[in-house]
Amino acid sequence: MKISELFDRGEFVVTAEVGPPKGIHIEHVLEEAKTYLSGITAVNVTDNQSSVMRLGSLATCKALKDEGLTPIFQLTCRDRNRIALQSDLLSAAMLGIDNVLCLTGDHTKMGDHPQAKPVFDLDSVSLLHTIKQLESGVDLGGNELVGEPPKFAKGAVVSPCSDSVDAQLAKMERKVAAGADYFQTQAVFEPEKFIKFMEKAKQFGKPVQVGIIIPKSAGMAKFMNNNVAGVHVPDDMIEELKADKEKTKAGITGVEIAARIIKECKPYCQGVHIMALGWESKVPALLEQAGI
Amino acid sequence: MLITELKSKETIVSLVDGKKVFIINCHGCKEVHFPEKEAAEFQKELADSGNVTGIMTKDYICNPENLKLRIQKYMDAIEAADAVLVFSCGVGVQTIAEYLGDKPVYAACDTYPLPGFQGVTPLEYDCKQCGECYLNLTGGICPITACSKSLVNGQCGGSKDGKCEVDSNMECGWERIYRRLAQLGRLDVLKCPTQVRNYATDEEVSK
Repeated sequence: MKISELFDRGEFVVTAEVGPPKGIHIEHVLEEAKTYLSGITAVNVTDNQSSVMRLGSLATCKALKDEGLTPIFQLTCRDRNRIALQSDLLSAAMLGIDNVLCLTGDHTKMGDHPQAKPVFDLDSVSLLHTIKQLESGVDLGGNELVGEPPKFAKGAVVSPCSDSVDAQLAKMERKVAAGADYFQTQAVFEPEKFIKFMEKAKQFGKPVQVGIIIPKSAGMAKFMNNNVAGVHVPDDMIEELKADKEKTKAGITGVEIAARIIKECKPYCQGVHIMALGWESKVPALLEQAGI
Repeated sequence: MLITELKSKETIVSLVDGKKVFIINCHGCKEVHFPEKEAAEFQKELADSGNVTGIMTKDYICNPENLKLRIQKYMDAIEAADAVLVFSCGVGVQTIAEYLGDKPVYAACDTYPLPGFQGVTPLEYDCKQCGECYLNLTGGICPITACSKSLVNGQCGGSKDGKCEVDSNMECGWERIYRRLAQLGRLDVLKCPTQVRNYATDEEVSK
């Protein structure tokens, strides 16, 4: 099922992401996903997230699909040239995986193989363009595909709380022109910035899911402020996380904060995308508190 | 060594059509093969249309100090022009674009590599000699060398406080491009068609 169909029906779409393990034992990921994420629309599978080598996104997507979940295949341009990207897209379609999220990807220097060659033959925009071309039955080299071409719900990302939000909007417009059907955002901790962003982004007419991270501790919040692009946790939230250490450790404070952000953003967007970062077990409580 | 090759006539005309232009040629260093004859013929055609406010032909315009000295006596003619059209390698175009700031500067050439010594280029600017010069789409700042991922369709989500995710001492190239285009009043250039790079610089394959 393509999640774009749900947006078209006006549904508030909930997705969450899981990260494949660094190894071949996927039982734990599948168990968590089945237990905590089966009630939501779809599950993103990250693609060697943060440039750290792991089990493949596509294989994990297939395993989730076999368990009855709807996977979203995250695809970055860091590790594959246009031939490998297109080939993997055909493989995904053949396996019945028809949701894809297109990203440029972190630089190889950010991860655990800093010696690796960064590819970036295509980028998030030209990858969307490539998928659109495949959908028309022609590959990027101009060669015809045999038989029925694949069809995808083509997702893209945007960073609404970035300090260069106008440049982000310009890039978003390029992604729309290249074929993006929907957007998931970087984590939002400042709903007022997100709402301002949406006032400008709504002109593109594409559904946007607000990105949510459940903050686990004041230390994590500070780490994100110093190291994660486009993410800023305000001081009062950090104080809130500091106030009652036990409550924070149990995830109660984080879930409260995240639920509040979702409630504030919900009237302005078409869905929510949760990056649980290992706290998949908190997702059901979060959605309940957020009234979804 | 490197080869500069004129972009197609249609491409150049589409950049300067109906505009008053000032032309800069760099007959540069001996490491550069420059299409002198073709450039002169084309520039004569442009001049015949009456839209050329002046022509400056110098060497080593890639050197900012040298450029600054030599360009002074042409500043009135540059002021009178809507745009500056530069016939040089990619470094020369970037040096001029940076120096002139809010004046649109366009590259009339693509730059291809040849093995060997690379000419006298200053450290501030670099040209990867990719053979499909993007400077006309990026306000004269090269996305191939100014972006650590060499992205050609805009910034990634990795910059923080204007700095690149790879190197916190390096400014995000695409934020620089965005600011320059805003300064030029040309943010509309960002609505150009999706760019897909062509690595087949071998002429037989690329055409």
